[in-house]
Amino acid sequence: MKILVAVKRVVDYAVKIRVKPDKTGVDTQNVKMSMNPFCEIALEEALRIKEAGFAKEVVAVSIGPPQCVDTLRTGLAMGADRGIHVEANSSFLPLTIAKILKSLADVENPGLIFLGKQAIDDDCNQTGQMVAALLGWPQATFASKVVVLDKDKQFATVDREVDGGLETLSVDLPAVITTDLRLNQPRYATLPNIMKAKSKPIKKMTLEDLKVDIKSDIEIVEVTEPPKRKSGVIVSSVDELIDKLKNEAHVV
Amino acid sequence: MKKMKALLLDHHRPLSFTIMHRFLLKLSSSSTNPLRNSKFQRLILPSLNLFASGSPPPPSANPYSADSFRKSRAFSSKSRALGVRCISSEAGREAIEYDVVIIGAGPAGLSAAIRLKQLCQEKNTDLSVCVVEKGAEVGGHVISGNVFEPLALDELLPHWRQEQAPIEVAASSDKFWFLTKDRAIPLPSPFDNKGNYIISLSQLVRWLGGKAEELGIEIYPGFSASEVLYNASDEVVGIATKDMGISKDGSKKETFQPGVDIKGRVTLFAEGCRGSLSEKIIKKYKLREEVNAQHQTYALGIKEVWEIDESKHNPGEVIHALGWPLDPKTYGGSFLYHMNDRQVALGLVVALNYKNPFLNPYEEFQKLKHHPAIKRILEGGTVLQYGARTLNEGGFQSIPYPVFPGGAIIGCSAGFLNVPKIKGTHTAMKSGMLAAEAAFGALHEGSNMNTYWDSLRGSWVWKELYAARNYRPAFEYGLIPGLAVSAMEHYVLKGKVPFTLKHGKADHEATDLARKCKPIEYPKPDGVLSFDVPTSLYRSNTNHDHDQPSHLRLKDPKIPEKVNLPEYGAPESRYCPARVYEYVEDEEGKPKLQINAQNCLHCKACDIKDPKQNIEWTVPEGGGGPAYSVM
Repeated sequence: MKILVAVKRVVDYAVKIRVKPDKTGVDTQNVKMSMNPFCEIALEEALRIKEAGFAKEVVAVSIGPPQCVDTLRTGLAMGADRGIHVEANSSFLPLTIAKILKSLADVENPGLIFLGKQAIDDDCNQTGQMVAALLGWPQATFASKVVVLDKDKQFATVDREVDGGLETLSVDLPAVITTDLRLNQPRYATLPNIMKAKSKPIKKMTLEDLKVDIKSDIEIVEVTEPPKRKSGVIVSSVDELIDKLKNEAHVV
Repeated sequence: MKKMKALLLDHHRPLSFTIMHRFLLKLSSSSTNPLRNSKFQRLILPSLNLFASGSPPPPSANPYSADSFRKSRAFSSKSRALGVRCISSEAGREAIEYDVVIIGAGPAGLSAAIRLKQLCQEKNTDLSVCVVEKGAEVGGHVISGNVFEPLALDELLPHWRQEQAPIEVAASSDKFWFLTKDRAIPLPSPFDNKGNYIISLSQLVRWLGGKAEELGIEIYPGFSASEVLYNASDEVVGIATKDMGISKDGSKKETFQPGVDIKGRVTLFAEGCRGSLSEKIIKKYKLREEVNAQHQTYALGIKEVWEIDESKHNPGEVIHALGWPLDPKTYGGSFLYHMNDRQVALGLVVALNYKNPFLNPYEEFQKLKHHPAIKRILEGGTVLQYGARTLNEGGFQSIPYPVFPGGAIIGCSAGFLNVPKIKGTHTAMKSGMLAAEAAFGALHEGSNMNTYWDSLRGSWVWKELYAARNYRPAFEYGLIPGLAVSAMEHYVLKGKVPFTLKHGKADHEATDLARKCKPIEYPKPDGVLSFDVPTSLYRSNTNHDHDQPSHLRLKDPKIPEKVNLPEYGAPESRYCPARVYEYVEDEEGKPKLQINAQNCLHCKACDIKDPKQNIEWTVPEGGGGPAYSVM
C-alpha cells in the first residue's frame, strides 16, 4: 500500500508575524518558514505505519513555490521515500488544494492520504475533508490516538478527538485521515538521513499536468491585525458589573 | 646563572631553542614594526611542535595527510570527563568524514568554506567541506550593527555587486553625538564610512550561504556541535553533534537520536564571540599563553530594528553616540543606522567590565530610546526585531595563537574586531579566507597550518588591529582620558607609538560588591518606545524545545544563592537580555535561582560576566535560539 502525505510550508510557529503595510496579507519575506507542525505529525504517523509493515511507500507532496522543495527534503530526511512538488506561484485556498490532491490521488492510487488537521497560517481545517468528499472516500479527522490497521489492510481504526471526548471510528480503505496534536511526536531528521535524502527523487509537476482548474470563488479583500486589546476595568460591586454588561457591552 | 636556571626549567622545549627565543626577544623588543614584535617569534623560527600537549608529533611527515587521519582513532573529550555522561563515544555514534569541517555558518565560517572551494577550482582538485550551524537557518543567529566595509568581500567575491547581494544602502553621512539627558551635542566624527554600506548581516550571511551551496559546500543548519573529538595524540579530529531528544531529567525521549561524529582532516572553529568549543580549545592548548596574549574583553550589544515614518527616514545616515545613558565610568555607546525599506537599526553597546552590579544594559537601552534626539526618529514607528549578542573588545592584545593540532580558530572566536571602527565583519571574513588558504596548503601540498598565523600577521587585518590597539585600553583611565587618547590616535599617532596599553581586569573580575554600589532605579516601560523583556523577547523569535536539560550549566549549583545574590545583588538577573536568570522564592520563602533556558538568545553574556565564572554556556539542541532575519 502507498501512503500519500500532504505537507505545507508555513511561517515557523515561533516567528512573530506582521501584516504587510498594504494589508494584502502577512509579510513572508525574510521570514523563517518550516513544515506545518500538523503535517509533521501526519508524516510521522505514515512513517510509523510503513515501519510496522502495513505500507510499502510513503510519498510526500507539497504545493507551492520552488522553496517547497526544502520542506519536501525535510520530509524525505524524516523517512519519506519520494517527494512530489506541484509548482504554484500563488498560495491557494483549501478547495483548490483539495482538487490538486484529488488529481494526484487518481494518478498515484494511495491506500491512505494523511494530512495535518489544519495549517497554522490559515487555520482553515478544510482540506482533508474536501479531499475525502471529492474522492468519495471515508474520512477520519482529528486523529489522536493510535491508528490501527487491520491485517488485511482493508480498514483502519481511528480515535478522534471530538468536543465530547474521544470517538473511535472504523474506516474502510482507501481513506483520508487528518492528524491532531496528540497523535505522536515527530522524529528528528538526523544528519545522516538528511544526507541520504539528497538523493531521493522529487518529481516536479505542474497544474496543467494534473488538469486542475484553479479559479477560486473566494477573493481575499483585506488582512488586518486584530484590534488592540483594551485594558480591563476593575469594578467595585456586582451592581456595577451588571450595569456595565447591560449598558456598555450589551451582552445581557 | 639565574637566566640559565630559568632556561633549564623550560621542559617543553629543547634548550637551544629557548636560548634562541630569549635572544630574539631581546633583539626585537624595541622595534615598532608589528611583524617583528616580541610576541611573534614564529615568523623567524622554524615551526617546531610547540603545542602544549607535550607529546611529540606523529612520525608521519604530514599530520594532515588523509592516511594518518584515517589511522587515528577518535577519542571523545567526554570519555575523559568526570562522569558527566556514561555513553561512550565509540559505541553507537555514526561518523561522517570530510576534508574540512567548519563550525558556524557566519561570515568567517562561510568565507573560509567559499575560499576553500575557490582554491579547489583554481588547482583543479576537490575537497569535501561541511559547515555545521546551530541556528535553524543560516543567518538565524547572526546579529550585528552593521556598517559593512566590503574590503574582504571584494577579495572573496569580486562580482558581488552583480549578484544581488543584499548590500544596497551606501553610508551617506557620519554623525557623532555626545548625549546628555536632554541634548545631543554634535562632535566631529571619528568615523569615515565613505565606501561602506549599511546592511543586515543576517541577510548577507544568508546570501553567502546560498553562494556556498552553489559551490558544493554542505551546510547543515539545526545541528549544534557539542563536543570536540580528539585522537590518541591529543589532536583535534572533528566535532560531535549534540544528542537530540533528551528530556529535562536526562532520560531519553521516544524521539531520541544520538549525535553524529563529524570528522575533518582540518577543523575550523567559527563560532563567533566567546564560542563555547573555541574557549575550550584555547584553554586546552593554552593558545593565549603561546603568544603572551592578554585575556579577551567583551561588550554586550542590544539591538532593535524599527520600521519608522517615511518622513523621518534617511537611508544611508549613520549616527554614533557616546555619553548618556551610560555614566563616565562605563565604556559604551549607541548607534542608529538608516537601512532601506523605512528600517533603522538602533542599539546600545555596553562594555562588560562595568563595575556596578546593578547596571542593567537592557534597561539602559530602553532609556536611550526616550532621549529626545532618538525619540524624534522612532516616534510613530514599530519594532520589527530585537536581539542581543556579546562582541570582542580586546583587539590586538587579546588575539590568541589561532592554530592548534588539527585546525584553527577564525573570526570572532579568536577576536579580530576593530574596536575604534566598531567593525569586525571584514576582519572575520579575511581571517576565514586566510585559514582556508592555510588549510588548502596543508591538505593539498603538505604544508603546515601555522601558515595561517604567518599570513594573518602579513595581512591588512594585522596592520589595522595593530594601529587600533590603544584606543580601548585608554578608557581604563576614564572617559576624558580615553577620548583624549582617541583623538590623539585618530589625528596624529595612528598607532605608531612604541608601547601597547594593557587591558584592565577581566570583565568578570571587574564587578564591585553590591554593598559598595548604588542600586539604579529604572523607569517602567511605556509600551510604545520602551518595552519589558518578554515583549522584546517575543520579537527575537527565540524558542527552544522546552523538554531538554538546561544548556546553562552551573559548575557549583550553590554559588548563585551563596555568592551572586548576597555579594553581587544577582547581576545575572540584570545583564541577561533575555531574563533567563530569575530569583524566585522556594517553598520555604528563600530565594532560589530559576534558569529559564528556553529564553536564551545565545549572547554568552553570562559565560563572560558571572563573577565566579560559575555559569557555563553550553550548546542546546540544534535549531533552537533566536531566528533573526533582518538583524
